[in-house]
Amino acid sequence: MAKILIPTPLRPFAGGQDSVDLPGATIRELLEALTAQYGDLRKHLYNDEGKLRSFVNVYLNEEDIRFLNKEATEVKDSDTISIVPSIAGGRSWQPWKHRLCR
Amino acid sequence: MATMEAPAVPVTLSNEEILRYSRHLIMPEVGMDGQLKLKAAKVLCIGTGGLGAPIGMYLAAAGVGTMGLVDFDIVDQTNLQRQIIHGTKDVGRKKLDSAADRMQDINPNIRIIRHEVALASENALDIMKDYDVVVDGTDNFPTRYLVNDACVLLGIPNVYGSIFRFEGQASVFATREGPCYRCLYPEPPPPGLVPSCAEGGVLGILPGVVGVIQATEAVKLILGKGETLAGRLLLYDALNMRFREMKLRKSPDCPICGPKRTIHQLIDYHQFCGVPRHPEAPAPGLKEGEIDAVEVKALFDKGHRFVLIDVREPHEYQICRIPQARLIPLGELPKRVHELDSADEFVVHCKSGMRSAKACDFLRQAGFKKVKNLKGGILAWSDKVDPAVPKY
Repeated sequence: MAKILIPTPLRPFAGGQDSVDLPGATIRELLEALTAQYGDLRKHLYNDEGKLRSFVNVYLNEEDIRFLNKEATEVKDSDTISIVPSIAGGRSWQPWKHRLCR
Repeated sequence: MATMEAPAVPVTLSNEEILRYSRHLIMPEVGMDGQLKLKAAKVLCIGTGGLGAPIGMYLAAAGVGTMGLVDFDIVDQTNLQRQIIHGTKDVGRKKLDSAADRMQDINPNIRIIRHEVALASENALDIMKDYDVVVDGTDNFPTRYLVNDACVLLGIPNVYGSIFRFEGQASVFATREGPCYRCLYPEPPPPGLVPSCAEGGVLGILPGVVGVIQATEAVKLILGKGETLAGRLLLYDALNMRFREMKLRKSPDCPICGPKRTIHQLIDYHQFCGVPRHPEAPAPGLKEGEIDAVEVKALFDKGHRFVLIDVREPHEYQICRIPQARLIPLGELPKRVHELDSADEFVVHCKSGMRSAKACDFLRQAGFKKVKNLKGGILAWSDKVDPAVPKY
């Protein structure tokens, strides 16, 4: 089982957990298993065309999978997968929230 | 006689400065040469908020000779939990003045240049072009992409820091060989994926740690010493007190620093990020399906039978509440809707009216006919009905 680290902004969509251990031979299989377990995560990780969103990076250990074999990157049981979305600041993670939450 | 090329302004240290910087001067990594480099350096800090506070204070103390500050905001009470460059006495003042006063008090030898503007495509290159290093302490995506692109176009290193709740990121972008922010994240998140109000917030100390890392990187860039974060993304998790590091590569597809670049000048960053440049003010009147706080109070006073539902999170309910309200957090509403009787009348509220509008939509779709949204949420209740209810 590989370990997937869930970042703070996505934890509410993953049952509040900061990491999940899942089986899978590739990044694609692992993320499939993750979104099968936590359906709400899907729209945060994938766009409507089913591609990984460009503001969410996935790392195999410390390597960005975009520079490996993308989602076909092979995963070993001892590997750690990090999901690292872009965050924007102190007031909120997105500027328009300022408008919504005042 | 041959003339020697000399710097335009010869930089020296006064006796007061030698004493002030003595702990720098006696260490070989800085020394007199390094301290003179710091004095000659011009650093622009974008924002004087959570990140800008430690950046500004430490770079002033370290003796960076010229510090530019960009901000147009006013200090408010909710800033003081983390923006330690401002004090309680500064509430209501311009952040720029408050920050500059504090920095000048820390070090009267430095020159502070105030840029009281919202950084925008029209002014960014002009403001940034004279600086050696830019430190990005902004809190929103349009400005982040703007700062990145301007730094790449001008060839100025960009010391990046970003925070959310108890997690931080830091790196150095736009060095001669290194990647830029667009290599890391080609595009911002679309506005549709906004988390609810309940998921915001930031641990007050977090920007301190991340800002100090940024200040450290700025000093190293000026000194030309050590290994900077260029090519590395530092991740900090305050809750588990863990630092991790990811490799960051220059993207061959990067639209601004790659070989196939398509961006050659600054663009409209609000459009790029899908956010309005000037957020529209809420309409003054009531929209269909809304009810005013005063009217809700009148319903209570008349003894009118209705159910008031609070769809905020439990931790918000602990801060303040309307006594008659029943707490059902928005996320739990779908599975708890059976607790409600669709024959009843409902008024739904949250903090400011956004989440409760979603809850009203949900209830109407579920067949509830008599549902109204409390316009302006508990903030409006505090303003118009009961000032004893604290605002947050």
